[in-house]
Amino acid sequence: MTDSPSFAPGTFTPAPGRGKLGRMLLAQARTETVLTLRNGEQILLTLLIPVALLVAMSLMDVIPVPDPRVGSATARILALAVISSAFTGQAIALGFDRRYGVLKRLAATALPRWLLVTGRVVAALAVVAVQVVVIAVIALLLGWQPPSVTGLLWAVALIVLGTLTFGALGVLLGGALRAEIVLALANIVWFALLLIGGVALGVAALPAWLATVVDALPSAALALALHDAVVDGTAPDLGHVAVLVVWGVVAGALAVKTTKLS
Amino acid sequence: MEVSGLVKRYGSTVAVNGLDLTLDTSTVLALLGPNGAGKTTTVEVCEGFRSADGGEVRVLGLDPRRDGDRLRPRIGVMPQGGGGYPGVRPDEMLRLVAACAANPLDPAWLLDVLGLSSSVRTPYKRLSGGQQQRLSLACALVGRPELVFLDEPTAGMDPQARRLVWELVSALRADGVSVLLTTHLMDEAEALADHVVIVDAGRVVAQGSPAELTEHHADDRQLRFRARPGLDLTLLRDALPEGLQVREASRGTYLVHGNIDPQVLSTVTSWCAQQGVLAEELTVARRSLEDVFLELTGRELRS
Repeated sequence: MTDSPSFAPGTFTPAPGRGKLGRMLLAQARTETVLTLRNGEQILLTLLIPVALLVAMSLMDVIPVPDPRVGSATARILALAVISSAFTGQAIALGFDRRYGVLKRLAATALPRWLLVTGRVVAALAVVAVQVVVIAVIALLLGWQPPSVTGLLWAVALIVLGTLTFGALGVLLGGALRAEIVLALANIVWFALLLIGGVALGVAALPAWLATVVDALPSAALALALHDAVVDGTAPDLGHVAVLVVWGVVAGALAVKTTKLS
Repeated sequence: MEVSGLVKRYGSTVAVNGLDLTLDTSTVLALLGPNGAGKTTTVEVCEGFRSADGGEVRVLGLDPRRDGDRLRPRIGVMPQGGGGYPGVRPDEMLRLVAACAANPLDPAWLLDVLGLSSSVRTPYKRLSGGQQQRLSLACALVGRPELVFLDEPTAGMDPQARRLVWELVSALRADGVSVLLTTHLMDEAEALADHVVIVDAGRVVAQGSPAELTEHHADDRQLRFRARPGLDLTLLRDALPEGLQVREASRGTYLVHGNIDPQVLSTVTSWCAQQGVLAEELTVARRSLEDVFLELTGRELRS
């Protein structure tokens, strides 16, 4: 073998070492946030559909929504936004990220595993923050009366909890199955939760036997808890919070076992 | 890096069956073998992606499974088939991987060297296989590692890109980086490696420097020529000395194996003259690693 003429000696002299944790976290979270916000299908799912439904539910009388109409619709649409990005969007992105080998790629760098997960969570929260701002602005334009500070703080806490719970469910789905199957299931579940999971249609509008089941779903729990915070400006019913926590913990525990890198 | 007695099973299939390897500092080791020989499994155990079912693996003095967080900052990995977010642009991906290292190389320079500057705005999923491979190589090198794992580094690359990878590997070695690469290309192993380990069905079947592996069979050469198909070889067999074999390897291609000396060459050409046959593309060559492999395993390498 001969020395390469194209590379000055010493170009590749080893100087290994791990980057700063904060920089690694920021780089990963920023990359994943930008990728989500640049993806047309994700924008449709996470922003356009929720905004369109918010406008429709606020202005038209197609779906029964209690008064105050805009406030009730806003609470439900915030829940839908969280489900769209943290569950459906996350599951699909993870399914294809695995297909394209990015988890393995990143797991082979100095990035510790816990940071890899943290980076994804931060990116998911960043995307939800963008959604919440857009939805809140449009709700205000539609005439939403913001609740008390207590209600707003609860709303923020619930949105974070909802993101973690649905994120865990999204990872559970997207981390184990083939990308195409993830794509199909994540959209079907999204549609089912939207229609009969207590999101677009309130639990009260459902037949009694179905309402009992739906009450235990994280979608209904998030929508109802957000209604308490966003419309009534009060602390949410703790039962709803408990439903969210249980779903999140169980899904997270299972996902740790079933998620595959590729 | 030291691997001894490595065993890895998938269900009832034994992928790696008692494999030993030693990689010295600033040398290049090539794991050579057909698909399914256990090359990738071996590399993934060394990288810490898989646990071993038996044997001992030490990489830079560390256990890749237990000490993964301490090992990974020191190694560079090019997984088989690359890896990137489907929608990520090459520079975004490389900058992310660079952010994970303490003293990274300049990503823009590396993209330029690897000929990716013109596709910095193309999402990963729309890059060609060769471009994805080059990005993956950049990701493996950007952190200035001491040890680099390259799994089939030139798969899907055009000849020009392959040439570049070969130059890069030579430069790495010259700068004191150790390289473990897998390949099923003989010329790649011969051109790059200080030490070649030939694996088949999870076992080492031969190892040594490329020269040692081929020298071993120094008096074993091969004469090859093309002529009209279906020649009767009886007279030629009778005329050749003992120990030489003649056959029509494929339609119109004739091979003579054994100790080919000037006399043998003369015998073959005289026979051709007698038959009224013009032998075309007549060559005498030393046995290549390819032939060694075929002899050891009874199989073609590119299976």
